Amino acid sequence: MNGENKIKAPANPFQPELARIVRTYPLTDDVKFFQIRIADMEKALSFQYQTGQFAMISVLGAGEAPFSISSTPSRPGLLEFCIRKAGTVTNALFQMKENNLIGLRGPYGNTFPVNKMKGKDIVIVMGGLGAAPLRSVLLYLLDNRDQFGRVMLLHGAKRPAEMLLREEFFSLKEREDLECYLTVDKDDTGEWPADVGLVTQLFKKLGTINPENTFSLVCGPPIMYKFVLEEILKLNIPKDQILMTLERRMKCGVGKCGHCAIDYIYTCLDGPVFTYWDVIHMRELI
Amino acid sequence: MKIVKLKKSNLFLFLEIISKEADLWAPVKKGPDKHIFEVIEDFSKINLDYTRTILPPKKIMLPSNFNMFQASNTEYTPDFSHVSRKIIFGIHPCDIHALVTMDKFYSHEYNDPYYQKARDNTLILGHSCWPDEYCMCKSTHTHVVKEGYDLFFTDLEDTYVVWIGSSRGDDLIRLKPELFDKDLTDKDIQKFSQRREERDKAFTKDINFEAMPDLMELKYQSPLWDKLGEACLACGSCTNVCPTCNCYNVEDKPILGKNCSNISRCWDSCTLENYSGVAGGENFREKRSDRLKLFYTHKLQSYISKYGNPACVGCGRCIVACPVDINVYTVSKSLDGEAVDTFWNRLNKEVTK
Repeated sequence: MNGENKIKAPANPFQPELARIVRTYPLTDDVKFFQIRIADMEKALSFQYQTGQFAMISVLGAGEAPFSISSTPSRPGLLEFCIRKAGTVTNALFQMKENNLIGLRGPYGNTFPVNKMKGKDIVIVMGGLGAAPLRSVLLYLLDNRDQFGRVMLLHGAKRPAEMLLREEFFSLKEREDLECYLTVDKDDTGEWPADVGLVTQLFKKLGTINPENTFSLVCGPPIMYKFVLEEILKLNIPKDQILMTLERRMKCGVGKCGHCAIDYIYTCLDGPVFTYWDVIHMRELI
Repeated sequence: MKIVKLKKSNLFLFLEIISKEADLWAPVKKGPDKHIFEVIEDFSKINLDYTRTILPPKKIMLPSNFNMFQASNTEYTPDFSHVSRKIIFGIHPCDIHALVTMDKFYSHEYNDPYYQKARDNTLILGHSCWPDEYCMCKSTHTHVVKEGYDLFFTDLEDTYVVWIGSSRGDDLIRLKPELFDKDLTDKDIQKFSQRREERDKAFTKDINFEAMPDLMELKYQSPLWDKLGEACLACGSCTNVCPTCNCYNVEDKPILGKNCSNISRCWDSCTLENYSGVAGGENFREKRSDRLKLFYTHKLQSYISKYGNPACVGCGRCIVACPVDINVYTVSKSLDGEAVDTFWNRLNKEVTK
């Protein structure tokens, strides 16, 4: 009657590990790139995560907040994050320098269903900071390229200076096994070498899609979802093959603090990756 | 189940023996119909003639504010100073059910050590009660207990019938076995049954909790929610007094002059404005009605689909606490299409007068 409960976490799931900022540099005016390694080498190597998951990062004196992991589990050791300066914790993070220590715990949340996606064509649509979580799965697909069909990337930003990881995406654009389209809403430099216009206008470049055999992954600002989802639905991709990753307020990451509750689920346990079907049958998701 | 008898006149002696190495918490009277759980120094202050305390016993497990870590640049040291050996005496069946609900919640997927350690160090000594006009525990089937307690005392005039609910409860009895009588007479049993029958009849409030999950779904767009939203003060009283509400916030409080912080955890409330706000200014539940919907779907629908029972134990505290009549009873009745005399119904009439 009083058998041991099955508990997957260590003794204290709230305990952060000390982690070192290996590299940090600005990506845009308000977004910085962070490469982080857990200080304890053994723990750094045993930090096993999957695409779509997030981690809680804490800065002493400022607090703790959730961030999606931008690196791919196919390149273990270093964790990468694209972080926008938006609140107390991120403001403090922006003050941190290379070699400084922060707190890190995780990984948390569900994952992109990369096993189900095997052999399928993949359309990734990212806008603005939506590149942060989707870069993880994009790099994973490319590192395991022979296991997937067509890989298509539609990436939109407001202006050239606001496209995260521009250089990286332009070099990916050179790859022959990736259909990569980069667009800016407005080219204020006059020198943008790729598309100009909304990300929705890139869909016509995809050619014929076999919808039953296609997964689509979307992440971007709230305003983007409505229009991008319309385009994806026009392609007739099944609703449970359209995947999104969502943001919520979180204070624990392990289903206790309550803030990320939606209906009967917690975004931190049952999300952040949801299908379009989840979104229309569970209220309040987007 | 082991059942014994204790003479009422021996109660304080028993409490004294068992609380030598633990803090004894029990209900104390603070005013007319106002009771609180408090650490007992003087046994005569214990007042068992109460229906519900202002705050539920969750405050004894996880205080409204406590430290999770003492943190420095190089270390996060867990702080369990809120954990000590405790005995809660006089806790009613609804509140025991609330603890069982929290036991499940705090061990679901991840174990919360701050709750678990406090719970493991606390003995639960339940006590029988009598319903008043706000008690709804019969509707939630939480008016009797089968688990979650170590001892349970049923008041039968000059004696207690004591149910032993756990191995630790049995150990308590063994500290002074001569105080207890193992043999219940036919008369005791008859009295016990009669009391239960009469108590069952004394409940006046009844909610059809079984219908709530479907109703929450069907009435999700109902204008009722807008009315509730207009009336709600977003004060958070309902969540503070609810024995199963467990949302919390975490704060990093720097200690001035030292390069270290207290990482503390305090109760939060889903009815407060910024509950679902994220950095950058987005707020997923700006409207009061949206936050009330979250509270009530969570209590009356979501919990049932996840754990099989509502997160309401029928204690009636929200009825007492809400200044504008928004509580499990009035909301359930209104969803069920019944006319109820509430602040929000009067509000429209008074405004248009």
